[in-house]
Amino acid sequence: MPIAISTSGLTKNFGSTRALDGLDLSVKAGEVHGFLGPNGSGKTTTIRVLLGLLRADSGDVELLGKDPWRDAVELHRRLAYVPGEVSLWPNLTGGEVIDLFGRLRGDFNRRRRDELLERFLLDPTKKTGSYSKGNRQKVALVAALASDAELLLLDEPTSGLDPLMEAVFQDCIHEVKAQGRTVLLSSHILAEVEALCDRLSIIRLGRIVEGGTLDELRHLTRTSIIAETMHPAQGLADLDGIHDFEIDAAHVRFEVDTDHLDPAVRRLSELGVRSLVSHPPTLEELFLRHYGDELAQEPERVDREGDPTPLPRR
Amino acid sequence: MTSLTGTLALTRFILRRDRGWILIWIVVIVAVVALAAIGIEGVFPTQTALDQTAAATAHNAAVIAFNGPAQGLNTVGGQVAFQFGAMGMVFVGLMSIFMVGRLTRGEEEAGRLEVVRSLPVGIHANTLAAVLTVAAMNLTVGVLIAAVLIAQGLPVAGSVIFGVSFILVGLVFGGVALLVAQVTESTRVVYGTAGAVLGAAFVLRAVGDIGDGTVSWFSPIGVAQKARPFADERWWPLLLLVAVTVLLIAAAAALAVRRDLGAGLVAARPGPPAAAPSLGSPLGLAFRLQRASLLGWGAGVLVIGIAYGWIGPTVDAFIGQNKAIAELLAGAGGGSLTDMYFATSFRLMALLATGFAIGSALRVRSEETSMRAELVLATPVSRWRFAASHLAVAFAGSVILLAVAGLATGLTYGLAGGGMQNVPRLFVAALVYAPAMWIMVGLAIALDGLVPRFVGVSWAILVACVVVGFLGAVLGLPSWLQDLSPFERVPQLPAASLTLLPLVVLSAVAAGLTLIGLTGLRRRDIGRI
Repeated sequence: MPIAISTSGLTKNFGSTRALDGLDLSVKAGEVHGFLGPNGSGKTTTIRVLLGLLRADSGDVELLGKDPWRDAVELHRRLAYVPGEVSLWPNLTGGEVIDLFGRLRGDFNRRRRDELLERFLLDPTKKTGSYSKGNRQKVALVAALASDAELLLLDEPTSGLDPLMEAVFQDCIHEVKAQGRTVLLSSHILAEVEALCDRLSIIRLGRIVEGGTLDELRHLTRTSIIAETMHPAQGLADLDGIHDFEIDAAHVRFEVDTDHLDPAVRRLSELGVRSLVSHPPTLEELFLRHYGDELAQEPERVDREGDPTPLPRR
Repeated sequence: MTSLTGTLALTRFILRRDRGWILIWIVVIVAVVALAAIGIEGVFPTQTALDQTAAATAHNAAVIAFNGPAQGLNTVGGQVAFQFGAMGMVFVGLMSIFMVGRLTRGEEEAGRLEVVRSLPVGIHANTLAAVLTVAAMNLTVGVLIAAVLIAQGLPVAGSVIFGVSFILVGLVFGGVALLVAQVTESTRVVYGTAGAVLGAAFVLRAVGDIGDGTVSWFSPIGVAQKARPFADERWWPLLLLVAVTVLLIAAAAALAVRRDLGAGLVAARPGPPAAAPSLGSPLGLAFRLQRASLLGWGAGVLVIGIAYGWIGPTVDAFIGQNKAIAELLAGAGGGSLTDMYFATSFRLMALLATGFAIGSALRVRSEETSMRAELVLATPVSRWRFAASHLAVAFAGSVILLAVAGLATGLTYGLAGGGMQNVPRLFVAALVYAPAMWIMVGLAIALDGLVPRFVGVSWAILVACVVVGFLGAVLGLPSWLQDLSPFERVPQLPAASLTLLPLVVLSAVAAGLTLIGLTGLRRRDIGRI
């Protein structure tokens, strides 16, 4: 599968602040790629480098086979962008702004525009100055989705949308994906990423610390299990990879590292399982472990090889 | 008075946050007047010199139209008030309008007031804090000016009344801005409307001072000059200004409680659901965004052009009364007195219109800082094309404003009895300023391209050009310094003859600066820097 976005060793400093610190990102053509990270981790900076608005200090970056800084105009015919914080001209109406972007991009499709306006319940006659944050975001979304762009760069595009609109957005992205177009979706809404993304990259302090498909990443997480057993749950707590073990009469509750799941389940069945509830690992948990850790200790920033930092274990 | 809770805390916050702006305004205005007070004795070293000037000026409608009524001109104090009064009061007016607009509607438009108002803060607290700040600024300016004049040995009564008139004129225009800020949703419109009132005040007093002085009573600047600093001072006209200030602030407060936060009194109407065909290119967008501004400035220049054209024949008449003085003045300047008058008029209008030109060029920057530029630049629009579109409006708008100024002045002068044959002459006399305005556009974009943090310096350069252009001679500034202003390099038509070389050189410099700016813009990062 061809590569739509590829960066290696990307760095960018703003004064003494290091915004990107050897970022290696790879997005395959035709996939919806989740780009996860907390505020200030470098998501927006990365996207702005990809747009050719910022020039990286070092490292390589290639977008659809071209240099985003040098070939910006040519590339922008093939991509659409939705910023996280949409700022519009307050005295133009939403409809005017959408049309303007369509015409600037050159692939204006009035039928699709009108259809999207309807789906997102957006009133195009209102001045954008009177729009809420969510409505301004809808303007940018409609403009981007109405285009034929082969690559969509979406920077937290749903942060102002309500759950109904979030669902509409997800439908639209599924359609975009069905058309074989590529999406880079930066987000910190994990449910959204879980619902939409084929692969994802997690960014922390300007570098990718984790990447792969959702399944691959789940190996790094824990499954939580609640069970009722016929015999008292002896010896279970001593197994490798068991955490937060609680026992209450016949009920046990624990979390188990996904790669230690098999021995734990074997031991459970020896005890005679009456009932079993198991929660698959959520992205949320993965995310929390990564950043919960960050709160506990300053991360090491010495290894500059670009290897993903191993997931910390307790 | 819970509606005022938090006023003092907010005032302290404003003083802390805006101390840079506050300091710059006060220092610049006081410095200009202080230098004037020090310099003017060098210009008129003897009482004989003062007497001669006083006699000549009393019959010079051209100078009166720009400065104010001829009163007490045979004293140093009277000369200071005459040479620097009107212009200085325009500056305190601008200061008050800028600060009030920024601190009230500006905060509201940016959404910051919303956060402040969510705190235990009264509904009028921010407004009052803004008024207190601006009042304190005007007070400081007035007191310092009076102190400087007294220190120079000028009469105390005149110095004090001159200082107080600065304070009150500043407060009146602060009140105007405050009132407008309640009515409109946009800070730009506040600046534009209040600025138009200031321009009208300047023009009204010009019209009044040329005539019997009645019309001047409708202008705050005119009223302040009726207090006759250094010429049999009288206090009561200043009470009028106090009353107007109180009325304006009361009206603003009354309107403020009748509207929602963030809204104006005029509700936003729905607009077109789809874009007109013209709104489909960067140039179309730039024009659309600047259309209202161009119309506003055009209207301002039109009114001033009509006023100065209408005064024109009076300048002729004044000369008719006193041939000896006409010859004296004409001999000094090279052209006729009327021609010199028009040259000064066009210089004034060109400097004014440069406000539009710089604002227009700096759209490139404000679009960037407001994060709107990135939306346009994420489409197949190059940085060059994006910036050039706004600059095209700046360059063409400069010419349009000058054309309006020239035609309005010429036609009104013709209709008022000056002769229609002068229309083409005056038209050209206005247009020659275009290259000087383009240089200012070039400077603004060069700053944006190379040191975007410092684009505000463009405005400082414009202020310097105004000071040099109108006060340079009286301040005794060295000629090399005066020659740095592009507006001093323009042939002073119609008093001087048209020479193309300076215009070609100025245009080339403007083109060079623009090229530097655009190149810089292509090389640097885009975003809030």
